[in-house]
Amino acid sequence: MRHAAAATNVEALSAEVAGLIVQALNLEISPAEIEPDQPLYGEGLGLDSIDILEIALVVSKKYGVQLRADSGENTRIFGSLRALVEYIIAHRTK
Amino acid sequence: MSQFLSDARQLVRALPQGTHVLNACSDRYHFTVGLAAALISGRVSLLPSSQAPQLMQQLAAFAPDAICLSDEADDSNALPRVLDLRGALMNAKDAPAGPAAQEVPHIDAVQLAAYVFTSGSTGRPLPHRKSFGPLIGCVREGASRLGLAGVARWAILATVPPQHMYGFESSVLLALAGGHALCAERPFYPADIAAALERLPRPRALVTTPVHLRALLGSGVELPAVDLVLCSTAPLAQQLAVEAERRFDARLLEIYGSTETGQIAIRRPTHTAEWRLWSGVSLELEADGSRARGGHIEQPTLLPDVLEMTGSESFLLHGRVSDLVNIAGKRSSLAYLSYQLNSIPGVEDGAFFHAAESSGSHTGVARVAACVVAPALDAARLLEALRERIDAVFLPRPLLFVARLPRNDTGKLPLTALESLAAQAKSATPA
Repeated sequence: MRHAAAATNVEALSAEVAGLIVQALNLEISPAEIEPDQPLYGEGLGLDSIDILEIALVVSKKYGVQLRADSGENTRIFGSLRALVEYIIAHRTK
Repeated sequence: MSQFLSDARQLVRALPQGTHVLNACSDRYHFTVGLAAALISGRVSLLPSSQAPQLMQQLAAFAPDAICLSDEADDSNALPRVLDLRGALMNAKDAPAGPAAQEVPHIDAVQLAAYVFTSGSTGRPLPHRKSFGPLIGCVREGASRLGLAGVARWAILATVPPQHMYGFESSVLLALAGGHALCAERPFYPADIAAALERLPRPRALVTTPVHLRALLGSGVELPAVDLVLCSTAPLAQQLAVEAERRFDARLLEIYGSTETGQIAIRRPTHTAEWRLWSGVSLELEADGSRARGGHIEQPTLLPDVLEMTGSESFLLHGRVSDLVNIAGKRSSLAYLSYQLNSIPGVEDGAFFHAAESSGSHTGVARVAACVVAPALDAARLLEALRERIDAVFLPRPLLFVARLPRNDTGKLPLTALESLAAQAKSATPA
């Protein structure tokens, strides 16, 4: 049961974060079009470093998560929507 | 320092034949070791403005003998000659350092130190020669203007790459010429920048751009006190300058320059709109811009900016020539209008631009458009505030509210991106 609930949370948050990304970056796609495992950076969705900075700002405001590259996890966090959402779940303060 | 000199000399031994070094290192210490090794051995450094494969290949074609210095693990730039700088230094650790290893090298002022590149109109990068003497002369003058010429040893942290002319001068050369400490890393996220600053001894300086400043101030991250904030690459909104000085408890100085001329003027935007020129540099107004010459400038250069000299060494910047706006006999510039837009409380970012199909009005008057990020304002309030600041003929038509402006990596706004924003808005709302 707990697993099912957690999965629903991840799905709901994924949809929410995808919506934030599309809105913040003014992308011409619908949030549902962002594949959970598609790379966000460079190839895939094709975001550049300024976009990533923009997402980091939105995420910090909404979830109280300050993204860090110091940890060496940066490439992984933006490896996909799923990785970003997992990172937010693990570190969110609001 | 002795480690640095010995690393530079070790690297010289590892460099293959050839007179050019394409320095693509992202770590600022590695970059500077590469630069020093090239200087010591009489080689010329090529500074790529990005690591886009196409550019790297163009630079390799410009100097076929160039060896590419890299410190990235997965270097996919596919150049034929790449040297992993970390490996070269690692291998050299066993080799005994010669007795002269610690000697500070003498570099001739006329030695060609580097080529920096601008994007030419043909799409091919245009090389600009940089000799050692003028480079150092320029940053020494800068150091005295910044208050970095005294006995204090500063720690400098930069959010701009060392290959960019501004980053090259204000981080690498400023540290080399003044004996300051350079932070090797280039932190990216606001939290990283704040943490990296916190770790530095004081006095400490942050070398950054309007894009990074905006993110830093907007992130809600607690910012440590610094002793100087330097900003360049794009016009800085007045309220951003004010907030940066308050949050960092520091002076903020803005640099004016170009890849061709290097840095030539400075101001403290919270105190004055007037720029102070580097000594010996002069600006002459011409029909299509302002020509800069003298001082450390090696090649007189036409800057595409409209300036107004207010004294022999001071001027006001009125915007880019291509930014000029003439509506019903009234003149302004997009840069000036954008500046006014950004000075309105509640405006987070904004820009005026020439809309592609701006002659849509019945009178045939070409209007300027603007897009703005201002979630707390509505169109009526924003226009009211604009009306107080600019002539009514310049009020934007259309005025587009957007979530963010399509800025590129250096914070600039490509016209094509603005035009496509306008086109989208047009198709979304019935005429």
